[in-house]
Amino acid sequence: MNALQVRDLHVTLGGSHVLQGVSFDVPTGGVTALLGRNGVGKTTTLKALLGIVASTGDRNVLGTNTKGLSTHRVVKLGVGYVPEDRDVFAGLSVEENLRLAEQRDDPRYDEVFALFPELKSRARQRAGTLSGGQQQMVSIARVLLNGWPLLLVDEPSKGLAPKLVSELTDVLERVAATSTIFLVEQNLAVVKRLASRIIVLDHGEVVHTGTADELADEALARRFLGVAGAR
Amino acid sequence: MNIFLALTFSGFALGGVYFLAASGLSLIYGLMDILNFAHGLFMTLGAYAAWDVAAHLPASWGASTLFGIALVSSVLGGAIAAGLTEFFIIRHLYARPVSQILVTIGLDLAVVGLLLGGFGSNSLAVPVPLWIMEATKVGSINLPNADFVALLAGVVVLVVLEWFLARTRYGIIIRAGVENRTMVSALGINVGKAFTLVFVIGGAMAGLAGLLYSVVFAGDLISPTQGDSLLIFAFIVVVIGGLGSIRGSAIAALIVGLTQDYTNFYLGGHPGLAEIGNLSVVLLLAVVLEWRPRGLLGRAL
Repeated sequence: MNALQVRDLHVTLGGSHVLQGVSFDVPTGGVTALLGRNGVGKTTTLKALLGIVASTGDRNVLGTNTKGLSTHRVVKLGVGYVPEDRDVFAGLSVEENLRLAEQRDDPRYDEVFALFPELKSRARQRAGTLSGGQQQMVSIARVLLNGWPLLLVDEPSKGLAPKLVSELTDVLERVAATSTIFLVEQNLAVVKRLASRIIVLDHGEVVHTGTADELADEALARRFLGVAGAR
Repeated sequence: MNIFLALTFSGFALGGVYFLAASGLSLIYGLMDILNFAHGLFMTLGAYAAWDVAAHLPASWGASTLFGIALVSSVLGGAIAAGLTEFFIIRHLYARPVSQILVTIGLDLAVVGLLLGGFGSNSLAVPVPLWIMEATKVGSINLPNADFVALLAGVVVLVVLEWFLARTRYGIIIRAGVENRTMVSALGINVGKAFTLVFVIGGAMAGLAGLLYSVVFAGDLISPTQGDSLLIFAFIVVVIGGLGSIRGSAIAALIVGLTQDYTNFYLGGHPGLAEIGNLSVVLLLAVVLEWRPRGLLGRAL
């Protein structure tokens, strides 16, 4: 069964036709990366899947047609969302940010603190005063607490130092062993390490699907992403 | 000196009532950014619910029991009115401030008109026990028991609201929802339900304020337009205290209550200065906004 099945997805934002009939499948298990240049609609695709932005077309999430479902109901199907800008609640403490995310009776705090021990020692600290890397830990920890089967992760390496990116990639690799991850990422080294499949968006349409190994092909990387392939 | 102390206590009591009126508004306007001009209506409906219930119960139950039931009725009356307003009207107007203003003003005018039609324009007397009309001697000063009730109610509501927002899951949801409503939904939480709860709590506090204002400052009388008068001061308190800060509203309510009381007593007797108390509050608002535009403890306007 596919974790995600999207057919003819259209999104119009502020008069701009951002997604123009996007169709793709994300199989259950492992990491599938959604790639493309800046502004092609990657983040919008994730938001449309969650119902954060209005869309038309069919969205099947974990076996359920989510047409007309509000965001919180889509999430309760078993979808965790790590947004591009972390979106931690700055005025709340780390502890409160995590408590807010609890959606099951036995939240996996042991697992979360094993991956991010720093969060335990900073439980009382206001999330707004954390560094970018620490905020990313909070953002990811919020979805790991619930052990959701599907995670939508948007640009987790954005703005982070190389060492943190490497640590974060380790964490996502471990998470991918038990959850399906649909990853939007610009850092091709991260994509190559985590993803087995890629979907490339351009001008609001899917222009390529294939395996992550293809990213070694510089011509393809340049053509669709405007960057050289990571070796 | 005794007069000054008595005035101070009376100002605190007035502040207690203003805080009750403003606390709900601070939650609704300060936290949710909803411009709810029907908040005064919740105060009025709370007071009328109290009067209506107390008037239909047998006097043999005793004045204190009836007053206790009236207090509960005012809370429920305000809460139900606010809950219905949010459910049927406000939730369709989020992020539409002009519509919020027009619709809530219209609702207020319409329901006040209905109250005038149903109950008449004459003020109605709420039954209160004798001890509320008496005074307690503290040192050499006689302090009205009604003032104690208003002050106590304000303190209890402040403590409970602070606890609710800081410690309960719904409190955390509300604080998070004010920062980023979309992200709260993306964590699987029904924010709409939490915001309805904010309205209900705000309405409950408003209903209580409506009844206590009548008991403490209006000779136990309620009238259809009393909430609208109180609403102006509630807005002033919320803005002086700072948007989104319950504690700020509490401090501002005391400052406004004291300012109004002192100026009314010391200057109000002079010719042409009968309304100096109200004017002083508006001047206070102007001074605070000039000095600190975000209010005493609030976020930026």
